[in-house]
Amino acid sequence: MEIALACLIGLFFTVAIYLLLSRSLIRMLLGIAIIGNGVNLLIFTVGRVTREVPPIVPDGEYAPLEPIANPLPQALILTAIVIGFSLFAFLLVLTYRAYQELDADNTDTMRVAEPEDSPRPPLSY
Amino acid sequence: MSDLPNNHALLLIALAPFIAALFAPWVNRFARPISGWILATVPAAIFLVLTTYIADIAAGGTKNFAIAWVNSNYFPLPINLSFYVDGLSLVFAMLISGIGTFIVTYSGGYLNGHRHQGRFFSFILMFMGSMLGLVLADNIMTLFVFWELTSITSFLLIGFNHNKEASRRAAIQALVITGGGGLLLLFGLLMIFAVSGHSELSTLMRDPNVLRDSPFYLMVLLLVLGGAFTKSAQVPFHFWLPNAMEAPTPVSAYLHSATMVKAGVYLLARMSPVLNETVYWNTILPIFGGITLLTGAIMALRQTDMKQMLAYTTLGSLGMLVMLLGLSEKVAILAALLFLVAHAFYKGALFMVVGAIDHESGTRDLTEVSGLRYKLPFTFIAALLAAISMAGFPISLGYFAKEEIYLLFGPENIWSMLLVLVALLGNGLMMAAGLAIAIKPFFGPKLETPKSPHEAPLSMIWGPLVLGVLGFAAGYYITDVGEVFFGPAATAIYAKLVEPHLKLHFDLLLVTLSVATWVVGGLAFYKLDAIRSFLRRVANVWRWGPDQGFDQFMFGMIRFADWITRVLHHGRLEFYLILVFVCLAGALFAPLVIQNALPEIPAFPNLRFYEWAILAIAALGLGAVIVAKTRLVAIVSLGIQGFAVAMIFLLFGAPDLGFTQLMVETLSVVILALVMTRLHLDQRDARVLEEAVRDGAIAIVCGFGFVALLLAVLSVELDTSLSEFFVETSVPIAHGRNIVNVILVDYRALDTLGEISVVMTAGIAILALIGIRLGGPKRGIGAPKKLAPKPRQPKRTTARSKGARA
Repeated sequence: MEIALACLIGLFFTVAIYLLLSRSLIRMLLGIAIIGNGVNLLIFTVGRVTREVPPIVPDGEYAPLEPIANPLPQALILTAIVIGFSLFAFLLVLTYRAYQELDADNTDTMRVAEPEDSPRPPLSY
Repeated sequence: MSDLPNNHALLLIALAPFIAALFAPWVNRFARPISGWILATVPAAIFLVLTTYIADIAAGGTKNFAIAWVNSNYFPLPINLSFYVDGLSLVFAMLISGIGTFIVTYSGGYLNGHRHQGRFFSFILMFMGSMLGLVLADNIMTLFVFWELTSITSFLLIGFNHNKEASRRAAIQALVITGGGGLLLLFGLLMIFAVSGHSELSTLMRDPNVLRDSPFYLMVLLLVLGGAFTKSAQVPFHFWLPNAMEAPTPVSAYLHSATMVKAGVYLLARMSPVLNETVYWNTILPIFGGITLLTGAIMALRQTDMKQMLAYTTLGSLGMLVMLLGLSEKVAILAALLFLVAHAFYKGALFMVVGAIDHESGTRDLTEVSGLRYKLPFTFIAALLAAISMAGFPISLGYFAKEEIYLLFGPENIWSMLLVLVALLGNGLMMAAGLAIAIKPFFGPKLETPKSPHEAPLSMIWGPLVLGVLGFAAGYYITDVGEVFFGPAATAIYAKLVEPHLKLHFDLLLVTLSVATWVVGGLAFYKLDAIRSFLRRVANVWRWGPDQGFDQFMFGMIRFADWITRVLHHGRLEFYLILVFVCLAGALFAPLVIQNALPEIPAFPNLRFYEWAILAIAALGLGAVIVAKTRLVAIVSLGIQGFAVAMIFLLFGAPDLGFTQLMVETLSVVILALVMTRLHLDQRDARVLEEAVRDGAIAIVCGFGFVALLLAVLSVELDTSLSEFFVETSVPIAHGRNIVNVILVDYRALDTLGEISVVMTAGIAILALIGIRLGGPKRGIGAPKKLAPKPRQPKRTTARSKGARA
């Protein structure tokens, strides 16, 4: 079962990296969202997957009666999802503002911080 | 460390100048006219302390001090702050503190009224402390630290007139060359420790053959020579020394003639017992020393600037010292020591004389001053005394130094005979330069000078006078001086007992050679103008030298750094990302390939049909994001893959994750749609086919890398002890039935707090981003007020995701 998930995760990363390498900001943003999902699935799969048994202790028991899904990666992923969304929202607004101020959505044309023709260093003491 | 009792005065000797340097600016501010005299008490006191050691050292004793500095079990080299005094250290330390006393008072007069005089005192005292620490150091790391400190303080002193470009250039040049040599020396010292196992010089000396017998001998030798030759300005590293004359004259007198440039000679002398008497040593040192001697002596005659003349004769003298040490003979070592002390006396005095002439008449060009002997009578006497010692007339110390050198002349050894002839020629030419400085400015018709000349103040004139007299006093009492100072020092270098037995005696051969020297010197002095114009014509033809080469080297470095920056830091985001992902692919595959851990392809998975369906939907969504032609399709496709992920979480026993993912995906799609429709952004791919293929290839390799990594990880047994702990203790300890929830709010509560802080920070940052308007009136689309609700959305998400967990 893991092989199928592994291949899907590989696809997530492939698509995400392909999108990140495009110079269009909005496509890079899509790539960020996808790579986040890919990482979450990766952590999930590394913790081994089981079918349909959530990590919950039944009422009146002190420990689960049957084998359950690994709760540790789930806790990690839960945090990761929320933080990933914060990052996504922030980047989205950043893109929006960059477009407003620079009138550009292509990284090739966004060169305020590192201008193309920066001055040469002085050759003297 | 040695077992001998610690002599704490040694620590004080090395540290006192640094402490004085701390207070020098205040002393200068509150006692301006006499601050030089006050500060000079520090080196004077050090000198007096050192005199109390003379008897013990002459009797063959040593003084020690050692405390552990940096010692670690993990680092084999014990770094101690340790000092010791033997004959060699004593001679150097007394020269440094004694001449230092004169220099400090001299600086008081020379820089009187200079607004940075206090700073200057600080620098020169720091230098003095570094130099004393260097010659007293026992531990090789202590030696290195003080060695580097002399380079740094020398940089500060050369660049003291920092508003002059020539000063800045000279300072950087000196720092680069001596600092580069320092690196070689560091490597050499570490090699010495690695080869011999001794971290203290005093114990290394008791194991004399350990380096010579090692296969790394040549490497150690070359590294040590790299340090010594750069510091002592041997050809081809000589050019920084004449340039360093940009410094104020007290600095030139102190650092660049009497002390710092001799640090390299000190190092060679110190290392002689363990490195000398080999073919390499006996060949390399005399050749470089001899070339430096002749270069310095000849170039000195080309100058009309008296400081430059002295700088080049200093160069020649350093060459002489290296040449003599390179002979590894008792007589040569004794001669080197005599020459070293005599040179420190007369050259220090001559520099101070030139500084006095410069200070009082406003020029130091040999052709512009003349007839000053009645205006500056004491300066004239000092100059004459120094020049006589430099020329080596009896009974000055210079005379005995010269005689001792000529003792090496013998028909049985062609090599040393040749070197003596080189020394003779060099001595003669340097004598001419010395005579020129002592005679030309003081005799002849009086010339108009920029300033009306008058005698220098006492603070500037007592130093050269005392040094000049000392040159003769030491010559007069040569037998005693030899036994007390030169014997122990030569013993330290030669590693066998040396009894000097110096006295005035008559030897036909020596007299002949002496007379020959004087004839050469006299002729050169008589024909000085002709020689100078000839040398200048030669120099005009042959312009290119290591000095210009240094500039080319420095500019080349700057251009190279500029080129590297432009290549690596070009500002093209896509290339940064390509580099990152190519490296990522390498990092994914390399360990698997190297450790031969590439996973085998597992059997075809046995999934239920709805599981297949969900996976297919996710893949479909991903594909649709890439090929989408319109914004809406792209957004919806993003939503599809997100929801598919949520379904996967649900199917495989993680309902909490599923709910949270569902919420987050919904929100993402909504705000993405909001922004994208507002912006009218074009989400279509702008890449041409080649770029798309290149990027696609990188992405596919990375994707396969992750699959391989995941399969490799899955083939290893999972350590579930942590998970088991959580499962077992969830109800008994934390009283919660949802184990994931318990982990988040109990076991990792602080992490969750951090997560909430991140969300809050992102919300505030978004608010700020929307609020900020660069450059006045807003352009583009969307007023801030309309967008104000948006920053609240992530916070709302938090609440919902928490709700999903509950």
